[in-house]
Parts: sequence; structure tokens; C-alpha cells
Amino acid sequence: MKNEKNERREFLKIAGLTTLLGLGGGAFDFLKPGQLDASSGHAEDSHDSHGGHGKEDKSKVRWAMTIDMRKVDGKVAQKAIEACHSFHNVPDMGNPKDEIKWLWTDSYHHAFTDAANEYIDDFLMNAPFLLLCNHCDSPPCVKVCPTKATYKRPDGIVAMDYHRCIGCRFCMAGCPYGSRSFNWREPREGLNGKTLNIEYPTRMRGVVEKCNFCAELVDKGQLPKCVTAVPDVLAFGNLNDPDSAVRQILRKRASIKRKPELGTKPSVFYLV
Amino acid sequence: MYDSDKIIPGLIIFVGLMTFPIWSSIGKAEPKPEPKIDTPAINQMVKKQCVEDTHFMKTSHMQMINDWRDKVLRDGERYYTNSRGEKVMMSLQNTCMKCHSNKDKFCDTCHTYTDVKPYCWDCHIQPKGIKQ
Repeated sequence: MKNEKNERREFLKIAGLTTLLGLGGGAFDFLKPGQLDASSGHAEDSHDSHGGHGKEDKSKVRWAMTIDMRKVDGKVAQKAIEACHSFHNVPDMGNPKDEIKWLWTDSYHHAFTDAANEYIDDFLMNAPFLLLCNHCDSPPCVKVCPTKATYKRPDGIVAMDYHRCIGCRFCMAGCPYGSRSFNWREPREGLNGKTLNIEYPTRMRGVVEKCNFCAELVDKGQLPKCVTAVPDVLAFGNLNDPDSAVRQILRKRASIKRKPELGTKPSVFYLV
Repeated sequence: MYDSDKIIPGLIIFVGLMTFPIWSSIGKAEPKPEPKIDTPAINQMVKKQCVEDTHFMKTSHMQMINDWRDKVLRDGERYYTNSRGEKVMMSLQNTCMKCHSNKDKFCDTCHTYTDVKPYCWDCHIQPKGIKQ
């Protein structure tokens, strides 16, 4: 009986000591403030490694576009859209359900659904706003893509790798700007009878597609097709370079972005 | 053995039928594929050479094209420096197919022979345009 009591006492002593050791050795390290944040592997998401919004560094490129809405009318918009869609072999499906759009127009109320001011001037109210992928600094489509088929390049362009796209359309649900179109039908059906640009591929049925800021031209030091089509309306440049075309324009003119409250940080600026 | 006069001929006929694919194709080997390189672009070249040497291209063009895709799309690198120090644009439509404009007599000969079905042309436009 006595012996048994001693055993229990010894056991409790050892158990207590081990707990103390455990807390002192391991647990306090785990609970050190800031430790978890730093080690959780989100370093690649931070903008330090490459150009992001609000950085004044010419060496880190962050492409952006300005659209002068005071100069946009139906004709100008059509010219830009035609230049883009014919260059990228974007099909015309002939009906809104299957529509594929890289660059398109919509009204002020549809484009700026958050608009706090419902009483803007008549010109803007009736202007066809040129819409395209905003190439967000914090793109929701990239976060939801399960295959990394869509990704943000170091220069800020949100690009698509159609080889990897499985057509799940999470990105379309994630994008708050409706910038993505799904190929419900074989896109080549919508290119019948059109002149193809044989230097650029088409897409296949079952992938999502969108504007790529003409990455294939930008990489070669050229301007995007829409900008060269209507150069006095659209401008393209490095947001991190204070002397770039877009920054010079943004310093002089008032600009708005689509749905800024979502925190996606669009890189397309509408000059109003 | 009971019914050996039925079983033994039956077995002979069975084995004969089962081995039909083997003995029927003896001496009838599919000819080795011979991809043609007589396209206008290649004929104009003084020294007929691809971006890398022929042996490497034969064995590794698929890996090379995969690497090219990732470099172009992910890293924005558009040019490849080959072992001869020449810079070439990494592009299936604008580099490979500009010379090898005879897809049916070049790519397809080996791919059909080896029963490989690459899906390049679902999206990329072959030199003769979209196949319908």
C-alpha cells in the first residue's frame, strides 16, 4: 500500500517537471510574437522582389495603362477592340452567352458599380467605357486558380498559361471585373472566314481567356496593340518610373479606377 | 485422353488464331519514318542546321519546347541562346514552323509512326492554317 502511494507521488513529480520543461523548451518559442508570420512562406507574395504599386523604382517594372475617357467614343473604342481581337485571334461567337472578350465597352453605371456619385456629367454618363483586364496588383483570379494557369508576372502582368488551364472557372468567379471569358464552344468556330494572325495561337474549347496586356509585344519592347491603334487615347508605361508616360499623365489628370474598395489595386486608370 | 481427336485439332486451331498477329506481320515491318526537310526556308539556308544539332533535336525537342513554353510564359524570356551562341526567338509558330512549314511531312511522319498525339495544334496555328 505504502509502496503504491510512493509510485503515484513519483509519477506526478516527473509529469509536472516534464510539463515545465516542455513549456520552457518548445512552447515559448512557438508563441514568440511575429515568428509565425515570418516563417509562413508568403515571401513570394510580397511585392519586395518585384515592382508593385506605390514603388518609386525604375528598375522594377510595373506596367499600367491610362484611358482618356474624354476622347473615347464608339468609333475609337471599336478601332481599339478590332486591333486587339484581330491580333489575338479572339473569336466572334455571334451571341452574348458564348461571347469572348479581351477588350470591350460598357456604360459608366455598369463599369463603376460602386460609384458613390450618381450624378456625373452627361458626357461620362453616356461614354462607352473601354474595359479590359485590370492586371491587378493583388489579383483575386490568381489566388483562386488551382493549377497556377493564371499568375502574376514580375512586371505585374496577370498572364494565362492556356496549357495548364483546366476550365474550372474559379478565376471567373474571383474576378470582380468580368474580365474573363470561357470558351464554351470551339473558338475556331468563331474565327471561320476571318483573317488569322498566324503569329499568335488561338485557344481551345474549355479554357478561360482574357487580355494579356500584349505581353508578347511588351517583352520585345513594343506597345500593346490597343495603344498603337489609338495612341492619343490610351497610354502604357511603367508605374514605378516617375517619368514614364502613364505617370506623367496621372500627375496632370484626375483619374478613377474600377472598384478600388475591393483592394485589388487595378493598373488601368480612367482619366475623367 | 477422351475426345483427343477433337481436342488436339481444336488446340492447334486456337494457338494458330491467338498467334495470328505475330505470324501475319513477319517480314512486313512498317518502313522507318523519313521526315522531309525540303521546305523553301530550309532550302535557302547555306548550312542546313536547326537551333541545336540534329541528334539533340531528335531526342529532346519535346523537352526543349516545354522549357521554351515555361520560359516565355512564366519568365517573359523570349529569346533562347543555343550552343552555337546564336539567339533565337522561342516560339513554335514563329520559329519552328517558319522553317518546318511541312508539318504533315515532318512532324506527323514520326508522330504517326510512334503513335504520339501532341495537342499543339488544338491552339497553335499550323503553317497551312486551321485544320477544320
